[in-house]
Amino acid sequence: MQYLVSVIHDGSSTGTAEEMAAIDVFNDQLRAGGHWVFAGGLAAPASATTVDSRADGPPTITDGPFVETKEQVAGLWVWEAEDLDEALRLAVEGSKACHRKLEVRPFL
Amino acid sequence: MTADVTEAITRAHHEEWARVVAALTRRFGDLDVAEDAAAEAFATAVERWPRDGVPVNPGGWLTTTANRRAIDRLRRESKRGEKQRAAVMWHDDEPAAPVGAVEDERLRLIFTCCHPALAPETRVALTLRMVGGLTVPEIARAFLVQEPTMGQRITRAKAKIKAARIPYRVPSAQDLPARVSGVLAVLFLVFNEGYLATGPGTDPVRADLTAEAIRLARLVRALLPDDGEVAGLLALMLLTEARRPARVSPDGELIPLDRQDRNAWDRSLVAEGHALVRERLASGVAPGRYQVLAAINAVHTSAREARDTDWSQIVALYDQLVRLDPSPVVALNRAVAVAELDGPEVALATVDRLGGALSGYHAYHATRAELLRRLGRADGARAAYDDAIGLAGNTAETAYLTRRRDELGAG
Repeated sequence: MQYLVSVIHDGSSTGTAEEMAAIDVFNDQLRAGGHWVFAGGLAAPASATTVDSRADGPPTITDGPFVETKEQVAGLWVWEAEDLDEALRLAVEGSKACHRKLEVRPFL
Repeated sequence: MTADVTEAITRAHHEEWARVVAALTRRFGDLDVAEDAAAEAFATAVERWPRDGVPVNPGGWLTTTANRRAIDRLRRESKRGEKQRAAVMWHDDEPAAPVGAVEDERLRLIFTCCHPALAPETRVALTLRMVGGLTVPEIARAFLVQEPTMGQRITRAKAKIKAARIPYRVPSAQDLPARVSGVLAVLFLVFNEGYLATGPGTDPVRADLTAEAIRLARLVRALLPDDGEVAGLLALMLLTEARRPARVSPDGELIPLDRQDRNAWDRSLVAEGHALVRERLASGVAPGRYQVLAAINAVHTSAREARDTDWSQIVALYDQLVRLDPSPVVALNRAVAVAELDGPEVALATVDRLGGALSGYHAYHATRAELLRRLGRADGARAAYDDAIGLAGNTAETAYLTRRRDELGAG
């Protein structure tokens, strides 16, 4: 079972060196436990571009994220976990390591 | 339908519903299939038992019938070419933790229904539906929400359990304490709904709900014999349930604690509750909220007559409770005890300060009404009774409050 774990951040600051080190340690634990599938940090929401070519005619290309909110996804993981209990246990550790809120969402 | 058959069906529903749902969930890995099949099996019983007679083993008959219904449904769905659902709920075959000898299939069900990834009101609704066997309209009425809203809440919860793979098992040892406290919160809500049933069409006391909550609390207690709060909640329920026979008059009016016929209390439930409270005291471990509440009820049920009640001990216990749970409702209950110790005037001053937080709570107005009455302030009491009557959902309580108000005269 795979879960998308979004790192929720409500500011524009990037992770501190201390947080990055804690995330490295946590990622090593994920790998050792067989949970690590993918991880990545994201650039600031302002660097996003939204594309919509559903309608006929030229596609609409818009500067910025698709939704303006105070809280943004700052990074993501994909984890392999047996069930939600295991994913939530990992998330408790992960949230401590990166010092951010995490959203755990199952893949279909 | 003869009374015998009706009674057999009602009894089977109380005793077997959760077992049937739990067994089917285990087998088919799907709460929705289990719930529907169980409901169909009971509908079939209503149809057949009056004609064919009540089976020797009603539980076995219901499980077999529900199993057939579930298989029929799954066949129909695969024939219709629906994508075979690969996502079955996750469970393991090993007992999760070496916590006790009792392993009941229903415990898996209750831990799943009380999972922290579900919203608290959803946990209660799901537990009442899946474990308690209440219908969606009954649950909707119990919590004063529209039926479609409640139906949707339960449907969404089942979908989330499946999609997010909320496991169908007793939690691991490290998760157990937190998860148990979540289960206790749900059981307490179920008990309270039985003890003070709401809604104009319901009996004032729903013994099926209180009995269900006690049964499940006993089960959790057997699983976790060393957990103080499990013992505390069970003791609290038993000592409350013991007073049930004395709590509502023959014409359906609530009888307050100080006017109950104490000889009508269930002695064996009182004894069992007292034994649990003594066991927790002897443990020397600092008590949690449920244990303090149980101790308060033990003091009440130790008094031969209402006037023998040790109010100073009760106030001391409420002081302890306020430290654990500084909520306005606890402060209100403490004030009721203070009225007995220090008089109604002192208590009223405390109660009046809670008005902001509790103005929508019937017990706040009922407490004020009684205190104002004792102080001879009939006009204020009458208005407070009116507010309490407007907010009370329990028929016995409404009847009691109405009579108390009318005793004051027209003013």
